Amino acid sequence: MFILGLVGLAIWAVYPPGDKIKLGLDLKGGIHLVLEADTSKLESSQDLRDAVNVALEIIRNRVDQFGVSEPTITRQGTGRITVDLAGIEDPQRAVELIGKTALLEFKLVDEKGDLKKALEGEIPTDDEVLYKYADGKPEPYLIKRETLISGRYIKDARVEIDSWGQPYVGLDFDSEGAELFAEITGRHVGERLAIILDNVVKSAPVIKTRIPEGKAVIEGRFSMDEANELRIVLKSGALPIPFNIIQNTTIGPSLGRDSIQKGLFSGIVGFIGVILFMGIYYRKAGLIADTALILNLLFLLAALAALKATLTLPGIAGIILTIGMGIDANVIIFERIREELRRERAPRSAVDAGYSRALRTILDANITTLITALILFQFGSGPIKGFATTLSIGILASLFTSIVVTRVIFNLLLARRPVKKISI
Amino acid sequence: MRLLGETHIDFIALRKIAFFLSGVAVAVGITAIILKGGLSLGLDFTGGLEIHFKFKEAPSVLEIRSALTKIGLSKAVIQQYGSRQENLVLVRCAVEEASLEIASNMIAYRERKGGFTDLGELKGIPGIEAVGYENLVGIFTLDSSQTQKINLNQATEASLIPVIRQLFHRKTVARIEQVVGDELGRREGAFVVQSVDIIGPKVSQELQRKAYMAVIFALLGMLIYIAWRFQFRFAVGALVALIHDVFISLGALSLVNFDLNLPVIAALLTIIGYSLNDTIVVYDRIRENLKTHRKGRGSLKELLNLSVNESLSRTIITSLTTLIVVIVLFLWGGAVIHSFAFVLLVGIIVGTYSSVFIATPVVYAWARSETRRQ
Repeated sequence: MFILGLVGLAIWAVYPPGDKIKLGLDLKGGIHLVLEADTSKLESSQDLRDAVNVALEIIRNRVDQFGVSEPTITRQGTGRITVDLAGIEDPQRAVELIGKTALLEFKLVDEKGDLKKALEGEIPTDDEVLYKYADGKPEPYLIKRETLISGRYIKDARVEIDSWGQPYVGLDFDSEGAELFAEITGRHVGERLAIILDNVVKSAPVIKTRIPEGKAVIEGRFSMDEANELRIVLKSGALPIPFNIIQNTTIGPSLGRDSIQKGLFSGIVGFIGVILFMGIYYRKAGLIADTALILNLLFLLAALAALKATLTLPGIAGIILTIGMGIDANVIIFERIREELRRERAPRSAVDAGYSRALRTILDANITTLITALILFQFGSGPIKGFATTLSIGILASLFTSIVVTRVIFNLLLARRPVKKISI
Repeated sequence: MRLLGETHIDFIALRKIAFFLSGVAVAVGITAIILKGGLSLGLDFTGGLEIHFKFKEAPSVLEIRSALTKIGLSKAVIQQYGSRQENLVLVRCAVEEASLEIASNMIAYRERKGGFTDLGELKGIPGIEAVGYENLVGIFTLDSSQTQKINLNQATEASLIPVIRQLFHRKTVARIEQVVGDELGRREGAFVVQSVDIIGPKVSQELQRKAYMAVIFALLGMLIYIAWRFQFRFAVGALVALIHDVFISLGALSLVNFDLNLPVIAALLTIIGYSLNDTIVVYDRIRENLKTHRKGRGSLKELLNLSVNESLSRTIITSLTTLIVVIVLFLWGGAVIHSFAFVLLVGIIVGTYSSVFIATPVVYAWARSETRRQ
């Protein structure tokens, strides 16, 4: 019963395999980014290390919301961050999402200033010229430099759709931000408030009335994807300093798609070969071992799915090794039983003796390998770790299936009636 | 069905022949590695160039391969990716080392001559054709008043390397484009180069160092466990067998000119696990027989032989089942996992051999030298 329950659980955990088992960067490909903090933009009050740490968290947030499995985001040296994303479909969007500073500012449009003169170079001291991009054409705005309120006060952001089906992003300020926003809008009724993201004007609506409830919207002819991206970056906050992407490498999978298919195909053929061999060589006992073997693989995959581990090529090597060891355990047991039978023991006691004698052998062999695997897991990294993970889980799974599961099946078969001969 | 009946092979007596054969195999392996200047490291270790092609019609990987072989890039990885209709091909090749060499050749020349007097001298630098003399002239100068160019007589090796590397990459890409174009009969617009990336090594120095440490700790842990569960000399026997297996596998890898890459490392780890498992099963039989035959009439030699013979049937069957999988992988697994399957194939055969002919006889040889000393 217990075993059947486990099997059910395992199938549930693994199904559907395409979604549940994560493939690593080496099997699936993906992108590798190196971002470098733009230290020239570092303010004197900021510590680079702190700024990078904050940025790391923010980037992690963004990637999580983007829905990439198993991102690896690490800092490198003091001012760099590396991001590895496996199996991403639209690398360009991911790059934009990660690298965007996402500094949201609300500033007043200087309507008294002369935009024409400013474009010729005579910019009033407190102003700056920023652009809005509508249909790809830049539209200049003369903007007052002072930031009235920034994205720091954003509590929530979401994508909404207006009555023309056009998506926009709705913002909620936190209580402090709402107060500030109410005050600003109250003071500047009739003026135009520019909403600026990373120094690009998104929109510049006229303030019609004081807005007390701390809500704002950003419109700008977004596509649904763009609006969603904006929502993510606004919600996760602005990077404390801008980052430049200094390396953007698309990593093709080490194994191309056809190699994976070939590998998978030959793996299955080999697996069937083993199953046939065991069935022919050990007859019914071989079929019991085959059952154990299939369950072994199932449990292993289920554990990988449950632990959200990533399957890499070295990981597959670990699986091959555990399957080999699982078969070996059954071979050891069966050879022992045959030996006992040759000494003319009764089937049932031969099975008992075979199991008890083989047990120590199997345990010692597996524990030695398990120790090796655990040490590799502890001290190794990257590919070594992937190998150690599947090997450790695999050993536990194979010990259970090749000893406990086969024993239970034997007992069930032998308990029913007095047995004179067993098929082994 | 039974493959193997009772056997009475005197494995211990065969130990001298076995030690000799193994010694030769290990020596050949190590010599092969040394003669080739160490194991050739794959892209996973060196990094290199990655060029994405998009072809108009389904490209032939064979044709691309033969084109690349003409310019000495026979080891390039060529892969089709994406869906079949997309005709995308990825070419990856290692180029880093050559740029280091050219840069240091330039520095060596400068030191020997006390400085360049004419840019034309660059033509004589070994390997320079891979960068292209005409490209260098645009970048280097000997005139210190020219600030836009790099002064060849003042540049350090560290500052030369990135410059050379960049030129080298550009030139390599151009050459690859050209030979691929030639090979495919220069059909106009037959392909476009979609992107060129410089890829870093997947296995960094730091990662390598960590991996070595991990393996050493793991072997120590294994040694301690076996010494505790069995005897110290058993642990030594297992270790000798392991090292034996790994060296022979690496030697075989070097002999057939495969690169050391991540899949191969994975295969080596697998072999270590496999060999260990095999050895311990035999040892366990010895331990059991040591107990039951303690008052025994037989000598240690007979006891060891008995144990190996008793477990022989299991050893063979386990190896056979594993080999079924590995041979299938080797034959039909595709080009990329070819080296992985190859190392596994060699390693499993050698690992099975060593658990019988090396691990156990080492225990015997050790015990004998101890009794002799007494």
